[in-house]
Amino acid sequence: MRAPAPAWAAQLNDATVDAARAAIGGALLDAVEIAGEVQLHVTRDGLVAALIALRDTPGLEYQQLMEIAGVDYPDRAERFEIVYCLLSLTRNHRLHVHVGATEDTPVPSVTDIWPVAGWLEREVYDMYGVLFSGNRDLRRILTDYGFRGHPFRKDFPLTGFVELRYSEEQKRVVYEPVKLAQDFRTFDFESPWEGAQYVLPGDEKAKLPEAKGAPTPATATEVQKAGAAQTPKQDAPAPSQPYAKKDTTSTAETGAGRAETDAVPKPADPDVVPSKGGGQNQ
Amino acid sequence: MTDTPVTDSYVEKEQAVDREVDPAIEKILHATDAAHPTEGDVAIQNYTINFGPQHPAAHGVLRLVMELNGEIVERIDPHVGLLHRGTEKLIEYKTYAQAIPYFDRLDYCSPACMEHTFVLAIEKLLDLEVPIRAQYLRVFFAELTRISNHMLNLGSHVMDVGAMTPNLWMFEIREDCYGFLERATGARMHHNYFRPGGVHQDVPLKLLTDIADWLDTRLPRLFEDAISLVADNRIFKQRNVDIATVSREDAIKWGFSGPMIRAAGIPWDLRKSQPYDVYAKMDFDVPVGTRGDCYDRFMVRVEEVRQSARIMKQCLAEMPEGPIASLDRKVVPPKRAEMKRSMEALIHHFKLYTEGYHVPAGEVYVATESPKGEFGVYLVSDGSNKPYRCKIRPTAFSHLQAMDFMSRGHMLADTTAILGAMDIVFGECDR
Repeated sequence: MRAPAPAWAAQLNDATVDAARAAIGGALLDAVEIAGEVQLHVTRDGLVAALIALRDTPGLEYQQLMEIAGVDYPDRAERFEIVYCLLSLTRNHRLHVHVGATEDTPVPSVTDIWPVAGWLEREVYDMYGVLFSGNRDLRRILTDYGFRGHPFRKDFPLTGFVELRYSEEQKRVVYEPVKLAQDFRTFDFESPWEGAQYVLPGDEKAKLPEAKGAPTPATATEVQKAGAAQTPKQDAPAPSQPYAKKDTTSTAETGAGRAETDAVPKPADPDVVPSKGGGQNQ
Repeated sequence: MTDTPVTDSYVEKEQAVDREVDPAIEKILHATDAAHPTEGDVAIQNYTINFGPQHPAAHGVLRLVMELNGEIVERIDPHVGLLHRGTEKLIEYKTYAQAIPYFDRLDYCSPACMEHTFVLAIEKLLDLEVPIRAQYLRVFFAELTRISNHMLNLGSHVMDVGAMTPNLWMFEIREDCYGFLERATGARMHHNYFRPGGVHQDVPLKLLTDIADWLDTRLPRLFEDAISLVADNRIFKQRNVDIATVSREDAIKWGFSGPMIRAAGIPWDLRKSQPYDVYAKMDFDVPVGTRGDCYDRFMVRVEEVRQSARIMKQCLAEMPEGPIASLDRKVVPPKRAEMKRSMEALIHHFKLYTEGYHVPAGEVYVATESPKGEFGVYLVSDGSNKPYRCKIRPTAFSHLQAMDFMSRGHMLADTTAILGAMDIVFGECDR
């Protein structure tokens, strides 16, 4: 690791994985090390027992729960992942515990192990709609009173569904459907040859199957008829339109550079009082 | 003795008036007595009041629903989220470079420390080396930000419990800090100065010498003067000592960090125990409280200001010359002058400011010691140029949650002292 990231006892990672395997047992689905951090994937049912083991087993001693993060992976069978970030003050080591969940499968609450989990679980519930069985105060926490939906899900639009403003007529704050003054813009700057997941502009026809055989050539009369039907009849260009004449040879023909012949004097502006001295610029 | 008959007759007259009360009113007045003869005349009920969301001592938009028994707090239910802006969701729609300014707007009292965590998390995923001068500059300005943050907190805490002058003096220091930060970064509050791979630009030598002068003369004079007014003040101690004591066990269970856990007696400072950038080379002490009350929290912060000044002086003494950002052109954009001469630099610049850089897939939780405690970022990258998920761990969430058990049994007026000693900023709490 060359980056100047916080240096905790990362050399204990392997020993930690072994100790966790022994302490958690069958509930441990997987233990991996990514970017120098240990991730333990456990089953939902075994979560509480696993966290108690991680807290109380000598040699693991993760006394503090620092964070519970929810992540949404819509493609997975269990689309939500709940991540518990643990910290050991005595061993100076950090660890994540991951558990999968869906909307319908509540995760057992850890508020009895760490009371700090109360608000952290409320936040995950608020943002993702994951339920925590055993949390006695599972209200929304960050969103508005009476909010509907779970905004951090990947299928929730960034602009949301409602907006609020103070209504002068009703003398209160009113909620209305979102009206965007300008279309929501997301620019995709990723290099198209590095795995763009969409059809590139101009490539729409590239993937279409070819038609069977070549189309019958159109006859000259058909083309003439079609052209006459499509283009409205245009008037002949007026002689004063110099750009209509493509083959002019001199400016004498176009009239360029000459004063306008039929120029009339500008009507006087009633608001402008002519000054005596002729104005500043004259 | 001559007074006695007068008094007697007065009392008799009073009683006579009493007897003339309408029997209907009499019935209502003693209705509770008739039903429950054992209770007193007046049944005292707990009542609920709203503290905030608009209250000068709430330090932002905090709504505390308090259940009071007389003036004693029975229960507090903090309602947060009034400043929720969906920062984490917005970051998912921005490239990594575009996401940094959102961090300034989290804890707007210590913006540089917020950036620091995010930048370290990106660097950890990229495995990017940072030049030593850049690391010194980051530590230097993070500590300046810590001083500025503590000036606001100590000052407002003092003002919440009734003293005015120290706050004004500490705002002088805070103004100096903002002046220095503006000279270094171009912005007083929202710096966008720390970048993955280093910092945005180098600082002029005059700025460093000015800060050195300030650290030697103006800061200690103003700060020690201000603290000498309150640290031994009888009223200040009456309002803070033994208010909201937190034991070590509670501090651990409730996920405390920063000055809150140190005041409870646990010498835990991420700058010491999990050093990042050049903190490992710095020589500083970690102040620890003995009783875990509001006064300890205050004094821990006071000592941290002195230690921060010490770290800054070491940075000034040791800071080497050299590049201020990584020379990896796939992450750090080239300088303007280079762009004018080199086609390759121009291409790098264009790609970095449109597409940005791709961060290898992975998940990291990076936490640093922000002035308020452990500020963490749980960053999930899917290998694209935008974060897949960026969970921000605010310090305020765990501290504010403990408000309920900390203020239980205290007086209503103590809640402002408790809240002031917690150092909550709602930009960070609500995200």
